[in-house]
Amino acid sequence: MIAGASVGAPLRFLVDRWAREHSAAGTVLGTLVVNVAGSFLLGLLSGWSGRPWWVMPLLGMGFCGALTTFSTLAFETWVFFEEREWRPFLANLGLSLGIGAVAVVLGFWAGSAL
Amino acid sequence: MRRGDRGLLAAIAAGGAIGSLGRYAVARAVPAGADEFPWGTFAVNISGSLAMGVLFVWVLTLDRPHPWLRPFLGVGVLGGWTTFSAYALESRGLVVSGEHGLAAAYVLGSLVLCVAAVGAGVSLGERTFGRRR
Repeated sequence: MIAGASVGAPLRFLVDRWAREHSAAGTVLGTLVVNVAGSFLLGLLSGWSGRPWWVMPLLGMGFCGALTTFSTLAFETWVFFEEREWRPFLANLGLSLGIGAVAVVLGFWAGSAL
Repeated sequence: MRRGDRGLLAAIAAGGAIGSLGRYAVARAVPAGADEFPWGTFAVNISGSLAMGVLFVWVLTLDRPHPWLRPFLGVGVLGGWTTFSAYALESRGLVVSGEHGLAAAYVLGSLVLCVAAVGAGVSLGERTFGRRR
């Protein structure tokens, strides 16, 4: 669990920094990417019925748990709210929710096929 | 990797491990079946969002915060403590179990309350540490 988290958290930072430097959407895009990727992977691991016992603590709870974040998503959404930027506010919530849901469902489905 | 990255990434990794251990302890203490409301993750995400608001203000009121302070606490500890992947998986579990009401309450409740918690944390921080600079 600790090993997975120790990789997931810094990887989230690196993805976020990459997004800040390469996209106008910046940190919001970085958060979306890690959350969607982590949701897909966690869905896949959950759907994989033959997974070894150590997969869930290491990669599920640890890596995916630390790779994804709710506090930063909530913070960035709150900033849009406070600055009355309603379109980015709604887009951030809608995209996180929509793509996150598709990712976890697709991941679970892919994991079931393993 | 860039210059200065090694220490920064180590601080984030350590914070992430600490936050994730806390989340793990909550998940063990408050387990939820696929058809039950995930109170553990719900509480973890709301409390982490509240803390993020407080942290944001606190760091801004410091004279010269250590450059690793916010990455360690915000990206590491709070990022490891809160999670989006478990939220997504648990939401799916509720829908698949036919618990559509609980699913809707969990999905929307987490979003609304976490964003509100950031705002509450910012207010709390400003009352405690003074206005942002």
